[in-house]
Amino acid sequence: MILTEEQQMLRDAAQGWVSERAPVAALRSLRREHAALGHDPALYREMAEMGWTGIAVPEADGGFGFGLAGAGVVAEQLGRNLVGSPLLTTSVVVAGAIELAGNAAQKQQWLPAIVAGEARAALAIDEGNRHDPAGIALAAAAQDGAWVLSGSKQAVFEGPAADLFVIVARVAGQPGDETGLALFLCPADTPGLTVTAMEQIDSRGCARLDLAEVRLPADALLGEAGNAWPVLTEVLDRGRAVLSAEMLGSAQQAFETTLEYLRTRIQFDQPIGSFQALQHRAAYLIGQLELTRSAVIGALRAMDQGAADRARLVSLAKAMAGKTLRKIAQETVQLHGGIGMTDEHDAGLYLKRAQVADMTWGNEAFHRQRYARLAGL
Amino acid sequence: MNAPAANLETPDAFRADLRAWLEEHFPASLRGHPRLLGGHDALHGPAEDHARWKAAMADAGYGAPRWPVAYGGAGLNAQQADILAEELERIGAFSPIAGLGLMMLGPTLLEYGTEEQKLRHLPPIARGELSWCQGFSEPGAGSDLASLRLRCEDAGDHWLLNGQKIWTSYAHLADWCFCLVRTDTTVKHLGISFLLIDMRTPGIEARPIKLINGVSHFCETFFNDVRVPKDGLVGEVNHGWTIAKRLLQHERSGLSAQRGAKAKTHDLVELAGRYLPADETDLRGRLADHLLQDHAYRLTLERRAAEAEAGMTPSTPLSVLKNIGSDVAQARAELAMELTGLNGLGWAGEPYSPLELELTSHWLYSKCFSIYGGSYEVQNNITARRELGLPA
Repeated sequence: MILTEEQQMLRDAAQGWVSERAPVAALRSLRREHAALGHDPALYREMAEMGWTGIAVPEADGGFGFGLAGAGVVAEQLGRNLVGSPLLTTSVVVAGAIELAGNAAQKQQWLPAIVAGEARAALAIDEGNRHDPAGIALAAAAQDGAWVLSGSKQAVFEGPAADLFVIVARVAGQPGDETGLALFLCPADTPGLTVTAMEQIDSRGCARLDLAEVRLPADALLGEAGNAWPVLTEVLDRGRAVLSAEMLGSAQQAFETTLEYLRTRIQFDQPIGSFQALQHRAAYLIGQLELTRSAVIGALRAMDQGAADRARLVSLAKAMAGKTLRKIAQETVQLHGGIGMTDEHDAGLYLKRAQVADMTWGNEAFHRQRYARLAGL
Repeated sequence: MNAPAANLETPDAFRADLRAWLEEHFPASLRGHPRLLGGHDALHGPAEDHARWKAAMADAGYGAPRWPVAYGGAGLNAQQADILAEELERIGAFSPIAGLGLMMLGPTLLEYGTEEQKLRHLPPIARGELSWCQGFSEPGAGSDLASLRLRCEDAGDHWLLNGQKIWTSYAHLADWCFCLVRTDTTVKHLGISFLLIDMRTPGIEARPIKLINGVSHFCETFFNDVRVPKDGLVGEVNHGWTIAKRLLQHERSGLSAQRGAKAKTHDLVELAGRYLPADETDLRGRLADHLLQDHAYRLTLERRAAEAEAGMTPSTPLSVLKNIGSDVAQARAELAMELTGLNGLGWAGEPYSPLELELTSHWLYSKCFSIYGGSYEVQNNITARRELGLPA
């Protein structure tokens, strides 16, 4: 439950880089200069040079084997300054899917490129207005030794920059069935695939995918057709756990910014932080923040250990992170008063990111219900 | 066989020897007995087995596993103490030695007591032979504890006490009291001293107060011309507040560790299976919300223990932990009441089951979790000013 020496070094390096190279101001320039892409390619190259693109990839697959705990340490620091990039979807989620379900040729084709920072990737899963991993309608049919995919995907996280998509498709059954799903490796330039950037509130990359009879070769199938659910669940949980760590970092930073304002903003001839009504709100928030930190660490550890209750711990972390980050972001705006409503102040950036991050791969309500089901309630 | 010594070379060797020792000494008749909390808990099972188990644990020093052997402890390191707790739990055993002396006074005396005081008071606490009560709160000194007034005058060869304490847990049963007294009326915090008092001293009267759930282990305690020997003073005269603050930290840490998971009185998921209609959604959602808080709280206790073990300053302040702990325990009690519904409204007798009556009594009692040991609001003040650096 505490950082190893190795993880502390990783944290310090990430902290230094984030504060020097990716302040919140970088997100503001991103809004102007790379709005369609959702991230700054120059910063992503620097992340790759530091090895972060291989951080959670096993050493056997050419990565650095720091596990999700290592990825979480970096993600938390990135979250502090709202650094958006395809790092999570590429190096944790898609690399995870290839690691778990890929054959030797697929690993060889994609993992070195991912670790080198040359290939950026995203998971195309949701189709409706909520996260629903079993509710897949996008169809894949076998035809003359190839696969033909038709349908569309919404809100593909970090989709605009992706060179490669892992597409969740249905080969049998009905939307809502956990069986009958398959994963496909689909390069972004595949004929018939249209990637349209969606402009979301938090300026992070987001895309809609339209697949019109996209033909993929037989070796595009990742794992077993019809039986993707266990792998899909595992990689979603990896992504959710690391995203929770990122959200923890955002919440921590927003809270510290707010505390500083409470200490220094003078009204009625005294710092507003001297008012008990505000002090007790701050005391409540630090409690929720500490609970969230424990939940995030617990989830990362459970995933790395392959613990039997890891899915429950991930849902605990994602639900707590969503609840805490949204609450703190709301309070950040409120406690800053009028200045918190301005575009010039960072409060609104945290509020917007909080909402998007919560909705990504299952919001608080989704994960509370999943937790309850797994707990036998 | 003898209890395994603290200097055994490897944790595995210690665990193996401990396991054998426990199997030999823990009476099977007491398996699954609830964990003791206050030192005056109801005991189930044969009295002679309780006595035998207590004597064995006391002889081994396992009542206070981390205290030095000279003071009745076992001198275990943190890892060995964890192993002891795990092995006790593994066989459904419990420590028969508990109470305020062990949880609060002991650690405080280890830090501030004279050698003579430690040798006199610690071994009986570690053996569970003498019980202690806490004389802190007064009718006019609750949350503002330092405004306490119990007068203590220097009468030459003894201290002379006059005044009153309140909320003294088990004062009517306790052998001794650790007490905050006023030795200087002209200043506030620097006029308080820390005194150890034999409860059989003439002039002391403890009257139990009946609480909303019908039980009464809290007392009003009156002091009329009570003469206390000079060697009962801990630390310097007028410097008791520093010691009191340290003791309150031990109290908060003890209380927050007890609440929630470790003092779990019932399993809400199991209760929901029994009482909640399958199609109910509102209460089910709130139960789920509570399960998340409870789980994250237990992970926070685990993280704090890991930090302490590694010699780090715990990142979650005690004042924060105490409030989360009382929140979680009170929410659990409220949800249990909602689950039992009309069956939870019973005070006594048929047709209420013993479990239902216990849940209801516990719900009423649980209201004190956010009042004692520094109220919810006082903890929030401490968090805001001391931990978050917000201005006064």
